Amino acid sequence: MRKGFVKALIELAAKDKDVYLLTGDLGFNAFEPFIEKFPGQYINCGIAEQHMVGMAAGMALSGKKPYVYSIVPFLTFRALEQIRADICYQNVNVKLIGVGGGFSYGSLGCTHVVMEDLAVMRTLPNMTVLSPADALETEALVHAMYQTQNPTYLRLANAGQYSTHQTRPVINLGVPVVFEQGGDMAVIVTGIQTNFCVQIANELKDQHINITLIGMPSLKPINEEALLKAIGSCKKILTVEEHSVIGGLGAAVGEILERHNWQGKIQRMGINDAFPTKVGTSDWLRTEYGLDKENIKKTILALLVN
Amino acid sequence: MNYVEISKELRKKVVKLKHESQGGHLGSALSCIDILTVLYFKVLNIDPKNPLDENRDRFIFSKGHASAAWYSVLCQKGFFPESELIESANGSKIAGHPVKDSFPGVEASTGSLGHGFPIANGMALAGKKDNKNYKVVVMISDGECDEGTTWEAALFAAHHKLDNLTVVIDYNKIQSFGKTDEVMNLDPLGAKWESFGFDVQEIDGHDFDQLEKAFDKQNDKPKVIICHTIKGKGIKTMENTVESHYHKVTDQEYQQFTEEINQSKL
Repeated sequence: MRKGFVKALIELAAKDKDVYLLTGDLGFNAFEPFIEKFPGQYINCGIAEQHMVGMAAGMALSGKKPYVYSIVPFLTFRALEQIRADICYQNVNVKLIGVGGGFSYGSLGCTHVVMEDLAVMRTLPNMTVLSPADALETEALVHAMYQTQNPTYLRLANAGQYSTHQTRPVINLGVPVVFEQGGDMAVIVTGIQTNFCVQIANELKDQHINITLIGMPSLKPINEEALLKAIGSCKKILTVEEHSVIGGLGAAVGEILERHNWQGKIQRMGINDAFPTKVGTSDWLRTEYGLDKENIKKTILALLVN
Repeated sequence: MNYVEISKELRKKVVKLKHESQGGHLGSALSCIDILTVLYFKVLNIDPKNPLDENRDRFIFSKGHASAAWYSVLCQKGFFPESELIESANGSKIAGHPVKDSFPGVEASTGSLGHGFPIANGMALAGKKDNKNYKVVVMISDGECDEGTTWEAALFAAHHKLDNLTVVIDYNKIQSFGKTDEVMNLDPLGAKWESFGFDVQEIDGHDFDQLEKAFDKQNDKPKVIICHTIKGKGIKTMENTVESHYHKVTDQEYQQFTEEINQSKL
């Protein structure tokens, strides 16, 4: 996904000299093309994320459009108060790019594996929260968020071999991406697991089982009408996210359904309220914590019959 | 009005605000009044009639807890009418810490210490990128030098040669709960900044001539002006006390303090 981010940012920087890439000393083997093309629009801020975020606010207050990049925990948690007070409170046009979302850095331990970022970012007023499924969706989101003046958090994961889209989709921020419609149950998903769910939906179709599949690259804002329309008459909903079951996609969807007095059964798949302390590759950890394709499929089938 | 007269007006405004809000930070506001006087009536290229001029100098008031001082000088300079100089009343625009856009001239919301300097760096860097000649001045407190971001920002400013940036330290030597040399010793403060790559000046922060001269200095480094000041300056019972950080101005004191300022020669 980060290569998708850089590709899209190069496109933006080429037409807008106010676009800046700020990094907390990260981006090896990804940022080189940007640095080569736009050396004056690239700033390595050193390993000082709090300063980097505050400085980005100052740049934005002076008409610049900083894209601030670091690993998820160092950006969203280390610099949380700067994000809250300098970015969101002042409502300035700073885009935060967190790399290594979910299990991306599964071999590095829980200092690097963060499952709480979407929840925390979602509670901040003025903040837009985005979680793409693959590289092409990342490119689309980078272009979509450029069009806004809002503070935005973009959570990138290492998508590896996974991709859902064949071409760059057009995404209106907040409007769900409906992959399948008309089933008895709706699966609502964000991030990497979107790729698994698209495959599952196709496999189920072969077995003459239809599900409604809704991708949620935007956790905030969510166009509620569009979401409810996509859910349609489904009375069972499964939410899937590589994130804590507290405060993320499942919570966002639940809050909307509650507001609209939706009646039915809703189940959340995600990481339970504990640090996922096992160490391994992303895919191995997904299996260990039940967020792999097979377990999601099993859960869908179980929910269909219960 | 000359500097002395302006600074007296500002001190009286601060006492009024603190009396009506019954809030703290009286001493923190009084220690930086003379610095603000020189900044707003001599140094800064700003125009209350054109507050968003893209070539204006930027001033960030990072020691936001002393907002009464800043709002007073903005009012005195004409950024908003005196009728709106009301602190912390229900519905008033002035809070205990500055809020961006509460009035023209409030460039940033501050109050969480260690935030203003990084913001100022961003503005100074943007000015350089745009080949603008504006300068950026940020005022921080001595206690704020405990914050890690102050030193992160110092590293950045020096590395990027932000010679359009001036950090002003209101060094009144008393922080929230004690003297700075008892809570977290900062000295030798000048040597620290010098070692980070700053041009360092240490002056009497109540001496208008020294302040003028210090702000005039030009060179290719980011600058820090360490202003030795007196917490609570202008009200004898408040001077150099931790109490002045918390003291609530009573009705009787409001009259007394105002009269003391009127009579003083400062």
